[in-house]
Parts: sequence; structure tokens; C-alpha cells
Amino acid sequence: MAGQEMSKELATGLLDVRVELTLEQISELAHVERSVVIELVQEGALSPRGTSPEEWRFTGPALRRLQRGLRLQRDLGINAAGVALALELLEELDRLRARLRRLEGR
Amino acid sequence: MKYKDYYRILGVDRDASADEIKRAYRKLARKYHPDVSSEPDAEERFKEVNEAYEVLKDPEKRQAYDNIGRGWQGGEEFTPPPGWEGGFHFHEAAGEAHHFSDFFESLFGHEEFGGFSRRFRDVHARLGISLEEAYHGTSREIALDVPVADERGRLHYQRKTLRVSIPAGVTDGQQIRLAGQGGVGPDGKAGDLYLIVELLPHRLFRVEGRDVWLDLPVAPWELALGAKVKVPTLGGTVELKIPPGTRNGGSLRLRGKGLPGHPPGNQYVRLQVEVPPARTEEQRRAYEQLREAMKDFDPRRGLGG
Repeated sequence: MAGQEMSKELATGLLDVRVELTLEQISELAHVERSVVIELVQEGALSPRGTSPEEWRFTGPALRRLQRGLRLQRDLGINAAGVALALELLEELDRLRARLRRLEGR
Repeated sequence: MKYKDYYRILGVDRDASADEIKRAYRKLARKYHPDVSSEPDAEERFKEVNEAYEVLKDPEKRQAYDNIGRGWQGGEEFTPPPGWEGGFHFHEAAGEAHHFSDFFESLFGHEEFGGFSRRFRDVHARLGISLEEAYHGTSREIALDVPVADERGRLHYQRKTLRVSIPAGVTDGQQIRLAGQGGVGPDGKAGDLYLIVELLPHRLFRVEGRDVWLDLPVAPWELALGAKVKVPTLGGTVELKIPPGTRNGGSLRLRGKGLPGHPPGNQYVRLQVEVPPARTEEQRRAYEQLREAMKDFDPRRGLGG
């Protein structure tokens, strides 16, 4: 399908915040059913722009968040709400580690 | 080939119940999960823990392992007993794209692609790049092993070499997706390769997101009287104006001199006074004059004593 080829092109290369992915595209890239992504949005683990699922637009970093969340879900046996909490805490931890590296200097 | 003591890896007794094994596994998985852990050997440990759980959670595999296992010590040189044909086919992996050990393969056979989810074809790899490369963008040759299934569904690892262009302004943790460069399934369809950018530590600069931090040594009079000083940035040397009366430890911002992007980051210069030693008689006199002129200065006034 021409449309799908297009969508893949869109997400090749650097997945930064300028990348826009629809619900369909991000589900396809992460190899999960749309319902899995919808549940994670409902739990606040992912925050796409737009109001209805058809209008949702996810950024490049959201794909990494989703992939990370799916690995945690699979390997640690946690539900969508647990994934949302784990991702928030992990990102906070990433920020604090970066700050610590900066403050500790060389 | 080394014998692997799966019970010891999970830290459970040989007669541990299925529940105990699961509990031990979950605990270790949380500790060493590569998405969670910052321990340097997390990935290795996680693989080991998964391999152990893969065997011990399955009553048949556990039985087979127990039958050959008595009397062996972890790490001991291991040769499968004569006539040993595991007779197992391995269908699923808990972790992503992991290589189980030779020991595992000698007992349970090769990993098979058939049962793997499509997600397994996607390969995730870290790519360490220097700050200079992140700033200017670069082209890098990378080599990595990707899983490739043969027509019978048996999994092998193939060395793959790729040239990757890294755009200017990548930040730590960003992913670069290379469509169709991941593992290959028995149907010949390839997954994607994701390179996760990891910015390497720099001699001078520290990074937080797109912002770059630099500690700049200054003389006391440069802070007190103001000065124009030369400052290294990723884009080259620039001149920085220190206003008179700047506080030691304070930071000055060089707008837009961080990593490029939308918007670009800033460079922050943290000023750190270096106190010049008084080596000559003249220098000592200069300090003495300073002491006289600064009589009302009490560096410990905040201590209350």
C-alpha cells in the first residue's frame, strides 16, 4: 500500500520531536495492536497531540517510550498503569542522572 | 563450554517451587532490566537471568536440566553426556534478540524464529558518539550481529556492516531508525534497526538535553572588575563578557551555542574562581594591600559566629 510505504519513510532516520506518527503508524512500528497503544494513552503513559484516536499524533521520542514500556510490560509482568508509573520514574531518573553527571564534573 | 548453574543465577534452592522461582526471577529482572538498571553489566546479567528462567519455569526443561545437572559446578567445563539429544525446540524468548549461551543450546537446541513475535526482528543497539560528532553530524560505519532465520526457522547471527549518517543535533537517548536493517525472519522479511544515541563523556563539556555546560576558571579580579574572556564552545571559540561584580559559581548563558536543534540549546558557562598563590614578595604585598583595602569583607559573615 502506497500510504504505508509513505508512513515508513516518515519515521526513518532520526526520531526526534518533529516526527509525527499516527496511532496506526506507531502501532505498526512497535508491532502491537492499536488497543495496546490506546490503553497506554488512557493510562497517561503516552501523551499524543489531538483529541480523538484518529487525530492523535505521536512524536519520535514517544516511539521509544512505547517500546520501552512494552519491554517492561513483557519482562516484568506489569499492567498499563504500572508501565505509566515506571516510565515516569525512569525518565525522572534519567534527568537526575544527567544532572548528577553535570554537577560531578569530570 | 561452561556449565551454568541456573539455580545459583536465580539464587534459589534446587527444590524451589515454581512460585519461588518466578518471584526470584521477577526480582532479578527488575534489578537488571536494561531499561531500568544503570549497572554496567546489567545487560549480561539480564540475559543470564532470562536464560535461567527460561529453563527453570518449564517443568520439562527443568527436569531435563536436573537430570544432567547433578554434580556440576557453575563455570565448570561442561560436555553434554553421550547420547544427549535435548529433543527440545526453543520457541520463545522473554527478552529481545538475546543470544542464549552455548550451554543452553547444547541442551535445548538452537533458538527458533518461528515462535518469535515480529518485534523480535527489530534490533536495538546503542551507538556511542562524541559531542563533536553530535554537534556537526557525522557518517559512521557500524558493525553488529543481527539474528537471521534460515528456511528451517533456525536462528543464526550474522555480522552486518552499515554506514549510518548521523544528523547534526542528536541528543542523548534519541533513536535513529533504519528501516529493514534488523533481523530477518524465515519468510525473508526483515525487521528494523534502531540505534540509540549515547553521548560519550567529554573532556570539557557536560550535556543536559541540548544544553552544554562548561566550567570556566577565572581570576578573582575578572569577576570583581569584569572582563572579556575567550571561551571554547562546540562551534569554536567565542568571546564572553563577564559583567563587573559577577558572583563566583554563577553561570552565564551563551544563547544558542549548545547542540543544534529546534530550538538549539544554550551553552552555560559556570565561573569558578582560581585563587592565585602568592609566590613572590611583590605578590604577597599585593595580597596584604588587598586585605587592608577590604577590611569590611568577612567571608564567614553568614555563619553567625
